[in-house]
Amino acid sequence: MLEVKSLRKSYGSKVAVDGVSFTVGKGETIGLLGPNGAGKTTTVSMIAGLTRQDSGDVLIDGRRLQGDTDPVKRKIGLVPQDLALYDELSAGDNLQFFAALYDISGSKAKQVIAEALTLVGLADRAKDKVGTFSGGMKRRVNLAAALLHDPDILLLDEPTVGVDPQSRNAIFENLETLKARGKTLVYTTHYMEEAERLCDRLVVIDHGKVIAGDTLRGLYRLLPVTNILEIELDDASGLDLALLRELPNVTSAEISGSVLKAGVRDLSTGAPGILQWLTAQGRTYQHVVSERPSLETVFLSLTGRSLRDV
Amino acid sequence: MTTALKALVVKDLKLFFGDRRAVIMSFIAPIAIASFFGYIFGGNGGKTETSKIAILMVDQDHSKISNDIFAQLNKDKNLDTKAAGLEESRAAVKKGSAIVAIVIPPDFGKNAGNAFFSSANKPEVGVFYDPSHGAEQGMVQGILTGTIMQSVSKEMFSGQTGQVFIDDALKQVDTNSGLEAGDKSSLRTMLQGVQQWNQRTGTPNSGTGIAGNGGLTVPYQIKEEAVTARAGVQYNGFGHSFGGMGVQFILFMAIDAGIGVLLQRQRGLWKRFRAAPLSRTMLLGSRAISTTIISMIILLTMFAFARVVFGVRIEGSMAGFLSVCLAFSLMTATFGLLIAALGTTPEATRGLAIFVTLIMVMLGGAWVPSFIFPQWLRKVTVAVPTRWAIDGLDAMVWRGQGFNDAVAPVLVLLFSALVFGVLAVTRFKWEAEG
Repeated sequence: MLEVKSLRKSYGSKVAVDGVSFTVGKGETIGLLGPNGAGKTTTVSMIAGLTRQDSGDVLIDGRRLQGDTDPVKRKIGLVPQDLALYDELSAGDNLQFFAALYDISGSKAKQVIAEALTLVGLADRAKDKVGTFSGGMKRRVNLAAALLHDPDILLLDEPTVGVDPQSRNAIFENLETLKARGKTLVYTTHYMEEAERLCDRLVVIDHGKVIAGDTLRGLYRLLPVTNILEIELDDASGLDLALLRELPNVTSAEISGSVLKAGVRDLSTGAPGILQWLTAQGRTYQHVVSERPSLETVFLSLTGRSLRDV
Repeated sequence: MTTALKALVVKDLKLFFGDRRAVIMSFIAPIAIASFFGYIFGGNGGKTETSKIAILMVDQDHSKISNDIFAQLNKDKNLDTKAAGLEESRAAVKKGSAIVAIVIPPDFGKNAGNAFFSSANKPEVGVFYDPSHGAEQGMVQGILTGTIMQSVSKEMFSGQTGQVFIDDALKQVDTNSGLEAGDKSSLRTMLQGVQQWNQRTGTPNSGTGIAGNGGLTVPYQIKEEAVTARAGVQYNGFGHSFGGMGVQFILFMAIDAGIGVLLQRQRGLWKRFRAAPLSRTMLLGSRAISTTIISMIILLTMFAFARVVFGVRIEGSMAGFLSVCLAFSLMTATFGLLIAALGTTPEATRGLAIFVTLIMVMLGGAWVPSFIFPQWLRKVTVAVPTRWAIDGLDAMVWRGQGFNDAVAPVLVLLFSALVFGVLAVTRFKWEAEG
């Protein structure tokens, strides 16, 4: 469906995108994950034909974009990071205008506008000016504007920036609906929880380069631990952590107060082994909890810095 | 494609006419200011009474001649003359409440009479003037010269002072040993002739003849005729002011149109446009079309208002008028696009664009007629498109010229539009920044 091959773009001496490659199959959702300034938006701009790459290729169904008026553009729906709407116009008028850009007018336009507004839950606000909407509602109209020409691929550039949790959830539900309808989604974000919830595969970008690309499970495999077991002991004094670290699948062990934190590669074999070992040591415990490492940890592990250190 | 083009144009029109501030600035403000300028600069069919020049006269002579000068200045339709003291006059001019003060010194009448027949001992007439009113000062001096000449000559040829002067002169001729007998005879004959003339014409200042009652006067009369569209059609100053202000405010509207493109870019809307399968020509062309339509609507509304309220007619070719309006509107539209192409942020661009526009408007002659510019500046203004727009509108509106006289302004404006348009397209920042 979408092939991105060795894209490169620089602005003066600054390299914004440096050899980014990935492919997205039909109906698949891929997340471009990286901090602000990593090159995600530039990559999306090149895919949408807004920015010309210095080198590399973007193929949509095997075809390269040929000029501004190439009909292949109809296969793409862009949801820009900015609220690209006219506050002075009603939601309906905004959508009517954006539909016309794709030569959709008359009854067809009315139909697709109604469908889009229904999808984003704003059918009853069609006549209200966008300027009166909350940030979350504007984000939903911003999404609706990209759906009018029924594109196969949706490029979503941080579509939930600055919205409240309720609106974010609503947008996610919209995207899950679109995903269920077989749309291909390319989703840029620096929010881990969004990528984890929505994406089938992730491409981690930093400083314009792809530093990892895999499914969520595959990315976790890159980590030295897959889970952290936290055990609150009745008495943690004198515990021999060196012995604990020698147990199979245990990668780390440390004591913080009365809480033992142990990293395990495989929870199903590692956790029982640790608990049995503690019992054999005559230790009792009150509370056991297993915490899964997040993408934040993955990013930290891959780049040595936090995703939000920007 | 037509759907997209129509949508882009209609959207611009909706946004413009939905913006109350834009409508006020583009329609009400130019109409109000054009009405004011039209009234001040000879509106109302040229019947507006012009304000008189306030002058003061300090009479330190109190002679018959100085009294007559004051009386004549007081009668002049262009002057508002009042008597005043010396220091009071100087203070008034300094303060700006009087533009010129004339000081007639002691013994002016006597000395001016003597100087009338000989160049020796000419009395000085003091003139205090406000340096910010150079034109009025020149005008007052011209009127004063004529008035003094008339008053002095009248008195010298037929007045008491003149008779005393002739009696003295006859005595001097008889007693002057330096004169040849022939010269003495000729002078005596001339002076006696004047004396007899005065006696025959009766009491001083009541006679007739060349210098009789009126003294020496300007030997001609001016017959004024304002050359307008045709005989019987009076100049209507609103015709020029509505054209000038229309040009100015439409250019301001073009700035807003250009800034609007920058705002669209800032708000990400330009990404949506570029993501759609639309050509660059359509994207910029639609903007040019909508700005042209708005410009035409503003110009035609303004002149319709001027027609209904102030009786401004298109005295020349209507086709020429519409052509000039259309060419100017196109030029304005591409000027707006050029602003969008060269601009960076809306905030930084607005100030520079307003400055450039004001210069164009000023050099175009929208504020003050270009004929008061220095010669070199008048030559420079030929390169300013607004000059052609204003001249073209003047020619079609109140000068009553035919279509042929609209051709040059239209061609210059279209050429300017082409240059601005090409520059805008080539310099436009098409690429989205990452």
